Parts: sequence; C-alpha cells; structure tokens
Amino acid sequence: MRSDKHDGSVAAKGTGLARNVPTSVSRETSVPIESDLDIVTARQVGRALAERVGFEAGELTLIATAISELARNIVLYAKRGEVVVKVLENGTRRGIEVVSSDEGPGIPNVTHAMQDGYSTSGGLGLGLPGVKRLMDEFEISSVVGHGTVVKVAKWRA
Amino acid sequence: MNDLEAHAPATLANHETDVDLLRELVSHLRANRTQLRQEWARRITEAQLLTAMSKDEIFKEATSVYDNYVEALKTGTLEALQAYARNLSERIIPRGVETHEVVGIVLLLRDVLARSLFAKYRSDFALLNRVLDAYETAANRIANTVTVGFVQERERIILEQQEAIRELSTPVLQVRERLLILPIIGAIDDQRARQLTEQLLRAIRTNRAKVVVIDITGVAAIDTNVANHLVQTVEASRLLGATVIVTGLSPKIAQILVTIGVDLTKMNTVGDLQGGIEEAERLLAYKVIPGGTKASQT
Amino acid sequence: MEVPILKQGDYLIASIQSALSDSDLVQLRDALVEKVGRFRSRGVIVDVTVLDVMDSFSTRILRDLAHMIRLRGARTVIVGVQPEVAFTMVQLGLRLEGIATALDLEEGLAYLDETGEKES
Repeated sequence: MRSDKHDGSVAAKGTGLARNVPTSVSRETSVPIESDLDIVTARQVGRALAERVGFEAGELTLIATAISELARNIVLYAKRGEVVVKVLENGTRRGIEVVSSDEGPGIPNVTHAMQDGYSTSGGLGLGLPGVKRLMDEFEISSVVGHGTVVKVAKWRA
Repeated sequence: MNDLEAHAPATLANHETDVDLLRELVSHLRANRTQLRQEWARRITEAQLLTAMSKDEIFKEATSVYDNYVEALKTGTLEALQAYARNLSERIIPRGVETHEVVGIVLLLRDVLARSLFAKYRSDFALLNRVLDAYETAANRIANTVTVGFVQERERIILEQQEAIRELSTPVLQVRERLLILPIIGAIDDQRARQLTEQLLRAIRTNRAKVVVIDITGVAAIDTNVANHLVQTVEASRLLGATVIVTGLSPKIAQILVTIGVDLTKMNTVGDLQGGIEEAERLLAYKVIPGGTKASQT
Repeated sequence: MEVPILKQGDYLIASIQSALSDSDLVQLRDALVEKVGRFRSRGVIVDVTVLDVMDSFSTRILRDLAHMIRLRGARTVIVGVQPEVAFTMVQLGLRLEGIATALDLEEGLAYLDETGEKES
C-alpha cells in the first residue's frame, strides 16, 4: 500500500488543472482560492474525490459544505490561499482530508473563533465550529500576521 | 473471505509418502484418543479459553473437534471439516465465543498432537522429521479451515443482525396521504439518531409528507446529544416543508430536556400519539402549514 | 450563471439551474427584490432543488432575500431543499427561521395560493 506522503508527490499540485473540474481528479488535488468562483470549484473537486473514496450521498454533502465554508473564509479574510483535498488510507479505512491555508491576517483568538456565534465581520462568523461538527477530525493553527491553516478529515463509516 | 477458502487446497496430502505417513498418524491419534483429548481439554481450561462454556461442554466439543480433525487427516479432504466448523461456529457464536479463543484452541490441539508425535518418534530422528513435515502441513490447513469457517460465520451473523436492527429501528409509517408516523422504540445513540433523521428526511421526500408525528413513548432515556438530534430532525424536516409533531414525552424525558436547556419553542409537542395524529389531521385539513417555526399549540 | 426568473400570474419563480457562486446568489437576490416591485408580485418562489450545498453564505442570502421581499410586501417560499442538504444545514446550525419552505414547486405554489386566500 502506498503511503500518503508518496501519494502527495504524484499529485498535480498547483497546476490549475483543478479549475476545469472534476474529470481529472487525482489522489490529491490543490485548488487555488482567489475569488468566490473558486469556492464552487473547490467543493466540486472535493466532492468528486470523496465520491471516488466511496462516501454516501449524505456524507458527500457534509464534505462539500465543509470545504465551502473553509474556502469562503479564505476569500473573506485572506483574499487568497489554497484548498488541498486528498485521499486518506489507514489500513482498510479510507477517508478524505481537506487542508485550507492562507497567508492572511490570521485569527487573533482561535479559542474564541471556535465558539458558536463568534464573528469578526458581523456576519455569521467563521463557521469553524460548524465545520468541526461536520467532520471527524479538525485541527487549526493560526499566526497573526502570517496566516491560517485548517486541516480537517472525514473517514468512511 | 471466499478468496481464502478458494485458496485452501481440497486435499491435505501432496505426495505418496505423505499419504502413508498420514495414515500412520491417524492410527496413532485414534489409539491415544482418550488421553490426547483429555490433555487438550485440560490445556484449554488452563489457558482460560472458552470461558463461556462449562468443563463438560468443553470436553464434549473437544471430542467432536478431535474426531473431525482425525477424520480430516484420514480422508485427506476438508469438506466435512468445513461443514463441521460452520456448524460449530453457529452453536458457539451465540455463546459469546471470540475469534481469539477459536484460534487459541486450534493452536493448542496442534501443539498437543505435535508433542505426542515427538514423544512417539523421538528415537528415530529422521522419521520424526518426516512425520512432523507431513503433520505440520496438514495441521496448518486444518487450523486455517476452522478459523476461516468461524470468522465467516461470525461475519454472516453480524451482517444479518445489522440488517435486522436497521429494519426494526426505523419504521417510518405512512398512515394516510401526507402523514408519516415514526415511532421510536428503545435506546437511541448518536449513530441511530443520525440514521433515523436521514431515513425520515428521505421518506418525507418520497411520500411527499406534510406532517410527521414522531412518537417517543418507547424511549426510556435521552442525553444531550440525542435531544439535540431530535431538535435537528424537527428543523431539517421543516426545511423540506414538513411540520413535525413530537408525542409521548415521558415526565423523565421532559425533565431531562428542560434540565439540559433544549429550546422547546422549536418543538411542536402533543401528549400522546393519538393526540398527535388528531393534531396532524387538523393541520392537513387546513392544507396550510404555517411557515414559521413557532408552534401554535402547546 | 444568471438564474432565470419567470413571472407566473401574481408570482415570481426563480428556478436555480446549477451551482451558484456567491455573486450569482447576490445578483439573484437583488433581481428578485427589484422585480417583485416592478411586477407587483404577491409571492416569490426560489427553487433550490439542484443545489447540493447550502452553506452559511447561501443560507444568509436566502434569509435576507425573504426578509427584503417581505418588506416589499410579498411573501417568499424556498422549495426543493434536498434531504442531505437539510441534514447538513441543521448540523452546521443554519436555519431558515420564519421563512416558508415547501417540498417542491407544486407545493410552493399551493402554499402561496392558500396563504393568499386566507389573507384576502
């Protein structure tokens, strides 16, 4: 069985191919996020990859929605960044990982941001607690002035 | 699993000499039947395997496994043993016998028999080696057959049970056009609550339901997670255009809901199932389902 | 991708045809809010059957849309939310509070007819 790291090296990273959406989904795909159009691309790419992993319809919606929230945070707060989706394998278990990263202003208080109802833009908030509820694993690291990385994963039931 | 079975050769002996040696093995095992199966049963108890069974039962099963084992060595075919392993598994799985116990007892038998062969042939080292070679191969295939048989049976039972539970636990009933009833009985955990919600939402769509009565009379207890699921189910149903009426909240569940602070204004509740159906009929007769979540009845 | 808006009697029907970007959705909101006055419509139906994702943004825009339409003197029904989408929305904590929903276009029209009768 190939390792995740190895898979990463064969992926078409940052080629922009992903923009033509989901026909050529590899085991790992990066989608550059620069405008609201890229949000749609990111969730379509993620959904197609999750479908190949064998997730059910309900789970596909959860994953696509989580990607949408993460990509939107990039557009709203950092202007640009990227979303990387990849297949996870752990023994017989399969899943999908989504990493959103940007070099934006960062989140001053991550603990606050993880509370329901928190918002810096007067809107509905960052939606991070919601994303956490939709996925099985959730990690965030953010440095003010340097950017934010959110890594989430979902495993097949 | 079927692959494994397919790979297992149907006969135990590959060479003429093996056949002779196996024949000799069989007569040795037959001659020492009483002593060897006693020794095996003793070792099983000592290793604390098959703890769900009494000593007598262990000895009885040990005897029939032993005889089937010897029979497999004698006939050189595994079919009879396969059938026996399946039958044995069917009997012991409901008793809670685990896979590691089955593997354990099969390996113990292998060990007991190998030791007795060693004792018998140790004066002729060359012959001992040949006997062990023939025995090893045969014994490994037998061990494999029994274990695979057990695991397959276990998987079959688990699948069957899962299917039965799924059907039992989510009966979405259409009482009349536009009206669904979902009686929930038994314990609800996170996963079942999720499953119920998904099934209900699909049923709303397929049956074009406008009102759903969820009856939880048969639910003994509820925790924060499940209570939240219930609220979520109500809200998700509304997103599809259906109104949910919850009935049968026991005093205890009502108390739990209040204690954990579930927002009851979002819930349309009626005392019992009959009242719930009457309320549903009333809503359907008006043909207008109020858009807001504010319940007009308490 | 512009969403076609059909006028049927007293009602406007916006039937979303494919995945929408944020700006498409904002455009739809503005177009409906404008047209509802121009055509003196009494009701608006937004059909979201094809949407496989309704996230915090689209939910907020739909909610704003319904409230703005209300202020303009008409009512809104959101129809066709898919079961999986509804399930995800509630898990995210997204609500369409105070906004009418119906199973599909047919039910949405029936809802507008009935509520309209009751009012007049």
